[in-house]
Amino acid sequence: MENNIFQLQYAIDTFYFLMCGALVMWMAAGFAMLEAGLVRSKNTTEILTKNVVLFAIACTAYMIVGYDIMYDGGAFLKDIVLDGAADSDGMVAAVLKESAEAKFDGGSVYSNASDFFFQVVFVATAMSIVSGAVAERMKLWSFMVFAVVMTAFIYPMEGAWTWGGKSVFGMFSLGDDFGFSDFAGSGIVHMAGGAAALAGVLVLGARKGKYSKDGKVNAIPGANLPLATLGTFILWMGWFGFNGGSVLKLGDIASANSVAMVFLNTNAAAAGGVIAALIVARVMFGKADLTMALNGALAGLVAITAGPDTPTALWATIIGAIGGVIVVFSIVTLDKLKIDDPVGAISVHGVVGLWGLLAVPITGDATIVGQLVGGATIFVWVFGASLITWMIIKVAMGVRVSEEEEYEGLDIGECGMEAYPEFVSSK
Amino acid sequence: MKMVTAIIKPFKLDDVREALSEIGVQGITVTEVKGFGRQKGHTELYRGAEYVVDFLPKVKLEAAVSSELLDQVLDAITKSAHTGKIGDGKIFVSDLQQAIRIRTGESGQEAL
Repeated sequence: MENNIFQLQYAIDTFYFLMCGALVMWMAAGFAMLEAGLVRSKNTTEILTKNVVLFAIACTAYMIVGYDIMYDGGAFLKDIVLDGAADSDGMVAAVLKESAEAKFDGGSVYSNASDFFFQVVFVATAMSIVSGAVAERMKLWSFMVFAVVMTAFIYPMEGAWTWGGKSVFGMFSLGDDFGFSDFAGSGIVHMAGGAAALAGVLVLGARKGKYSKDGKVNAIPGANLPLATLGTFILWMGWFGFNGGSVLKLGDIASANSVAMVFLNTNAAAAGGVIAALIVARVMFGKADLTMALNGALAGLVAITAGPDTPTALWATIIGAIGGVIVVFSIVTLDKLKIDDPVGAISVHGVVGLWGLLAVPITGDATIVGQLVGGATIFVWVFGASLITWMIIKVAMGVRVSEEEEYEGLDIGECGMEAYPEFVSSK
Repeated sequence: MKMVTAIIKPFKLDDVREALSEIGVQGITVTEVKGFGRQKGHTELYRGAEYVVDFLPKVKLEAAVSSELLDQVLDAITKSAHTGKIGDGKIFVSDLQQAIRIRTGESGQEAL
């Protein structure tokens, strides 16, 4: 009878993991719509192509070597089949033994394949962040080459030092030595994506016309705000899988309650982010800037991601709201520094990701020092490795399209097709 | 016969149409146009950065009217399109040499 309960618990925890993974996979759609909405219509097809291809590259590269670097799953996942057992019966026996050792309310026991699935969609999320920041001027194939390096190597390395529990080049351990805590990846996923994006933008330069010679910042409004809004809502929904799944277990009362609290706090933080960002934008610009409210929602979500399990609902709202305030100031500041980020990805994921890490000690058991060391380690590694990679790509194949192609739009230049052909032809 | 051409704020079109109908104007032609006058363009903010809208959307309204009706028409348009704020538009009047109703072949005053 006890074994039957363990079987059911294994089933429900694996099922929960897979469903949360599917929710996170859907965030790829959110990023695609958000970015398609915030670029000009002449660059829509290209950004959609980037989004769908980067997802596929992430899944493939992480399967081949990334998961092995991060969690020792073996190249091509060869060690996770049947959870490492020789046959199906052996797998069942091994899992039951593991469950008995963990006890009913102990650590989570789930299928290794579901673990890979849950992890791989996080890799894709980190890569999606880069896509928006370099939009409207980067060569499509240069971006894809970077996606391979990022998802096969750069991300898995820092993932190994954090969630993988490995030491940083044998020097120190973030978890054991510093008590670094990042529940679902404010730093490991979001700030990492933001750091790679920042390196890319620095190598790439700003879009033509974004900054005048006299230092004036010119707006380049996005083509489709309904799509940007839909994308934000999709991301908001997918985030329940992102944070909720990171509890790793559903199948006992304490875990189920923790999952519910994470859902609640994730939602509360997003709401706080919207309200704060909209108010700040209204005070600073005099109008209700929708794109800032959308960035505020995402900032709230990024901010709570490092510790959605410990705050009260009020604290979660406040942590999200502070994220919403930070994001508006960050976007305006980056523009002053002539760092051109069409969708605000560096601010939303990078800057607010760091805030998320620093917010953990408010209600959780981590130290500011530990969080700073962890954040700095991730940033230095991802930014440095990305910068080198971007520069190699720049020398080898170039990163930027020609001025003429940028003017005509990357849809025609890179993909040979427009997103909305009937707007211009009169057939 | 006179040709009255008025550039007005788009949201005032219905009011102007009503005012002209009341004084017996039989038909008008309307075009959506863009342009600038003393108002010039205006600036908008997007994510904290300014962008300039050089040409503002306006409605161009044309009405061919008899010379006797002209003063009433000008008065009706001026009153109904008036908001008192910059950008209310302008009215231009020119002589009209001929008018023909295509269906019947009537010409001159008869065709208006």
